[in-house]
Parts: sequence; C-alpha cells; structure tokens
Amino acid sequence: MHSEQPAPGERWRSVVRGIGELLITGGLVLLLFVVYELYVTDYLTGRTQDQLTEELREEWSQPEAQAPGAPGLREVEIGDAFGVLRIPRLGDDYARVILEGTTETQLAKGPGHYRGTAMPGEQGNVALAGHRVGKGSPFLELDAMRPGDPIVVETVDSWFVYRVLGDPATGDLAADPSGIPGRQIVAPTDIDVISPTPNQAASAAPSGAYLTLTTCHPRFSARQRMIIHARLDGGPLPKADLPDGPPALHEG
Amino acid sequence: MYGWIWRHLPGGTGLKALQALVLVVAVCALLLFVVFPWVEPQLPFNDVTVD
Repeated sequence: MHSEQPAPGERWRSVVRGIGELLITGGLVLLLFVVYELYVTDYLTGRTQDQLTEELREEWSQPEAQAPGAPGLREVEIGDAFGVLRIPRLGDDYARVILEGTTETQLAKGPGHYRGTAMPGEQGNVALAGHRVGKGSPFLELDAMRPGDPIVVETVDSWFVYRVLGDPATGDLAADPSGIPGRQIVAPTDIDVISPTPNQAASAAPSGAYLTLTTCHPRFSARQRMIIHARLDGGPLPKADLPDGPPALHEG
Repeated sequence: MYGWIWRHLPGGTGLKALQALVLVVAVCALLLFVVFPWVEPQLPFNDVTVD
C-alpha cells in the first residue's frame, strides 16, 4: 500500500528508477531513429517514386507533351519531375525519377537536378545529387561504377546515354584523355565538380556534354562527397524508335 | 514512469498488456511518421550536394 508520506529512501529509489527508465527510453528512441533512416525512409521514398513514375508516364503520354510547341526542359519548375535515370550497373531495373532542385524536399523523393546546370543532351554539365543511405538510397553503390558504364537519362521524347569517364580498357577511372576523372572524392565545398566543364571555373565555357552525380561519402557520413563524371555518348535517341530503351541499357 | 502507467491502466493483466501494446505502437508511429520526418532535415549528416 502507498503511504501518504513515502520514506526518503523510497522517494530516492523512484527518482533513480525514473532516470534509468528515461535513459533506456532515449536509447530505444535513437535505435528507432536508425531503423527509420535505414528502412522507413526507403519505404516512403519508394512509394513516392512509384507515384512520380506513374504521373510522369501519364504526363508524357498526353499528346501535347510531344507537340512541337510543348514547353521544353528549360521551363521545368523547382520540384517538377522531368526525367528518369537508369544505371544498369546498379541493377537491371534501376530507374529513378529525377526532380528539379536539390533541397531536401526534392532529395527525399529522388535524385535532384542542380538548378541552373545543363539539361540532358545540352552542352555543359547535367548535375544530379542523390542520397547514399536512406530515402531510397539511389546512389548507395555509386562506388561500383566502372569506366564506360552507361548512365541513361530518359526525357519526354528521347534517351540520352552518358558514359562514365576513365579508361574502359584498363578500368582506370582516373585515366580519361580529357583529364577529368570518372570518380573523385572531394570536400563538400568543392563546387567546381558541377561546373559546365567539370573541375574548371563555373564561368568557363563548356567543352562537351557531361553528367555529374554527387552523393555523400563515406557511407553514413557527410564529411566528403563522392562525384561521378560521365560524358554524352552520341546524340539523343528518339523514344519513338526505341520504345524499350537504347542498346546501352541491355549491353550488360 | 512505466510502473506508474501500468498501475493506471484499467482492467486485468491481459487487458493492461493489450493497452500497453497499443500505447507502444502509437508512440512508435508518432515518432516514425511525425517526429523523425520533422527532426531529420535539421541534422547535418544527410547532405549530398556540393555548395
């Protein structure tokens, strides 16, 4: 039975027990947060991606989307989905809807396109950011990329095939004739990696059509950035001719 | 804290256990779908962009 006035020892005991319970609860909440980061965000982003894919297919199938006077990629608004990224090295069915903008709002849904960088097919650098761990982990295994690996971007009417820089013969990512490495690890402040010509000044004229992917490095950390550079291989391939995708998607 | 909650749940042991389970699930759902999505953007380890 509870007495009106608990003994001092009894009160101390309940205070200490309360603190212990709070600490254990805090630990469990932190563990739950890890579960959330690693699994629940993947699930939530997966659902968003499915929805975005459906909406984009729907939008692209409208006759006006294909019409000559249709608003081009230049007019995408921040938050708009405008393309699909396919990377066979990361899985035969790897396909992620790309959104315009690189704030957390977009990145929680899928890879984001840096505002003001080139659009697929254009001269300059198509720069995309994506999460490494959680949020669908789109760029988790970017360190598996090899020279010559295709990175395919699908837009409303075309396929664009980019290939990772480096020397495909030796597999040396650093040995591209252009001097731009296929992969590099940089500080988060190194914005030259998304310049029109990677690693040149942001104001320098583009020397080709590039694509750059940025994600955090090492895994589970945001201390550095892992960067993958690729160059456009050939011109746009009309989707009307290749409904199942360019040969690059099936070369593996 | 947990003892206090347990004492204040009505019913027998079985009913108390059921209510405790519901409470745990409710708290987890609140954390996963409301608190964590709000807290996460303020944390620094999710930056993937260069800027």
